[in-house]
Amino acid sequence: MSRDLNNPFAPFTGRRCPEGADEGYRQPSISASLPPAAAPFLGFARLLRRHAFAIAPEQITGFMQAITLLGPRSINDIREAALATLAPSPDRRSEFEAHFRAYFYGDAKPSIEGEEDDETRIKDDRGTREEEDPARRQEKGGELSSATEQLSSRDFQRDADGLGQFRRKLSAALPVRRSFRTARTRSHGTLDLRRSLSEIVSADGDIPSPLLRRREAVPRKLLLLIDVSGSMKLHTADYLKLAHAAVQGADRAEVFTFGTRLTRITSALRIRDREQALARAAALVDDWDGGTRMGPTLLAFLSVPHFSAFARGACLVMLSDALERGDHADLETAMRRLSARASRLSLATPLAGDPRFRPATSALRAILPVLDDLVDGSSLKGLTDFILSLGRHAPAADSIWKRVS
Amino acid sequence: MSSANAVEIAASPEAIAARLAASRYLADDSLATAIFLAIRLGKPLLLEGAPGVGKTEAAKAIAELLGRELVRLQCYEGIDAGHALYEWNYQRQLLAIRHAGEHEIDIYDDRFLIARPLLQMLRAPEERVLLVDEIDRSDHEFEALLLEFLSDFQISIPERGTIRAATQPIVILTSNRTRELAEALRRRCVYHWIGYPDAQREAEIIMLRSGDVAEAMARAVANAVQEIRARPLAKPPGIAEAVEWANAATILEKGGSPWPQAFRRAIGVLIKDEEDLSAIVPELGRIVEEALG
Repeated sequence: MSRDLNNPFAPFTGRRCPEGADEGYRQPSISASLPPAAAPFLGFARLLRRHAFAIAPEQITGFMQAITLLGPRSINDIREAALATLAPSPDRRSEFEAHFRAYFYGDAKPSIEGEEDDETRIKDDRGTREEEDPARRQEKGGELSSATEQLSSRDFQRDADGLGQFRRKLSAALPVRRSFRTARTRSHGTLDLRRSLSEIVSADGDIPSPLLRRREAVPRKLLLLIDVSGSMKLHTADYLKLAHAAVQGADRAEVFTFGTRLTRITSALRIRDREQALARAAALVDDWDGGTRMGPTLLAFLSVPHFSAFARGACLVMLSDALERGDHADLETAMRRLSARASRLSLATPLAGDPRFRPATSALRAILPVLDDLVDGSSLKGLTDFILSLGRHAPAADSIWKRVS
Repeated sequence: MSSANAVEIAASPEAIAARLAASRYLADDSLATAIFLAIRLGKPLLLEGAPGVGKTEAAKAIAELLGRELVRLQCYEGIDAGHALYEWNYQRQLLAIRHAGEHEIDIYDDRFLIARPLLQMLRAPEERVLLVDEIDRSDHEFEALLLEFLSDFQISIPERGTIRAATQPIVILTSNRTRELAEALRRRCVYHWIGYPDAQREAEIIMLRSGDVAEAMARAVANAVQEIRARPLAKPPGIAEAVEWANAATILEKGGSPWPQAFRRAIGVLIKDEEDLSAIVPELGRIVEEALG
């Protein structure tokens, strides 16, 4: 029995498996080697694969072995076995459960609500946005204090190249910190006893020049929080492109969108192809162009331990206009906590593209003291330049804007 | 003590749950099933969950139910092979070389070898359970090393040769999910996500874990903690904190404070963040009153 189960059934095609691609030609060999009762379990694993759950052949083997071990005495045993061996990530647990119910209980097809709708809406957005773009201004990030007005239109032919360059430069441009991991070095380090001793032994007791190790420098994490509320409508598509380039370019980048809800879209943006990645990310976000509840959403971000851990020691760039309606006490608390966690907290607002912009709203005034940078987020060029300059020291946002106003 | 023994103990998920309860750990069906499968399939068990839901405690309880010693490898950023596998005692080696003078000496003898947790585990797989704690804190290179270890259960020491485990070791990994683990690692393990328990189970855990908390109080604490966890706090209280809170309040009550006040005064062991504290304190009275109900 278990011998049969150990056969590798299907190639591990993971996420990229197209709809039903491995269905046809493998079918005969499987039915030859598997008892008919086991077929549904294989079918379930395939169903999950088709919905972009990464499931390896050895996991299917494990799944079937687990079912055999458990009896199975009830459908719940099968469910537990699936959870333990197929290991769906906690974020997609409810989706997994829906598929399980649909497959084994024959419920109605699980609906991933509103997906179609959202996808079309974001596509429309992108279409209109391209035409509106030329009217936009461009300024160097971090140089907002200069009163000279730079009225240059944004040419979007160079748009893609700009991001390509940004992607290549990014990991070298991020600020560094000393890691606990050590690396060999020729100077300025501590004695590497392990290598020195083997050197001594191989040199027959002679003591050659000592070998050294030093703590490595690693780039800091980059955390992008993107506001997708209605007031940011014009910019979200650009921001997502930027986020995609950042995830592709930096070793450890995380991207979240927030509006009325908080959505982590990092995994969607890991797909190399930009169109595909953006479409996937667009489908994930449920609160496009809605209202903003910035304070509560950021507090929600902080209260999920593994999310707030992303912020620790990271360069946090928030892309938002920080237009908080009503009470901004929550926003203030959230920003203070974020700044305590992050190594550098920057707010890029499209409103700052206007040279007459001053941080005058009460919400902005309240959070200004905890911000390290308050910069122009109206053009991609300005933003990429700013992010590439994160490694360099800059005066606190507070002092810059005091001079201006 | 052999793997046959482990299989005997892990007769069914229910048997495991009963034994875990005997070692004062309450596991739900799902966790008991995962433990059962990990032991019987001979795969490592990967536990994920928020801080303070009892991942490390689960590992300790598993070691206890199998009657084995727990070897713990605490991961941190920068951990490397020297901390996880083995290290030579260089100072002693140097001294030995000087001391030996003209005599021949084997400086790769056992007495110069410092066995780190993974090697300790390989040397006596039937007497030990390996806990690799907070693996999400280590970096990718270490994860790859661990992956290699978990697939073959062998370590090569260039000076000594390869050391293999005689039987399939029992390994438990925990992660707080501060970053996502490699798919390959998840794939190789039996996976279980530990969430916060519901109020009733939490009350049972408090009763079991704390010294002498009355049942009604345990229930009240569980309800209040559920209520507090629903708020957007910087650090939601874990189960361990809930147990401590119940203990602290009981001690204060014995010292003469009436119940609601005892809970309020002991809040420092439940919420350990100044801002959370100032957010909760105004409502605490109401929450405690309602929980005491």
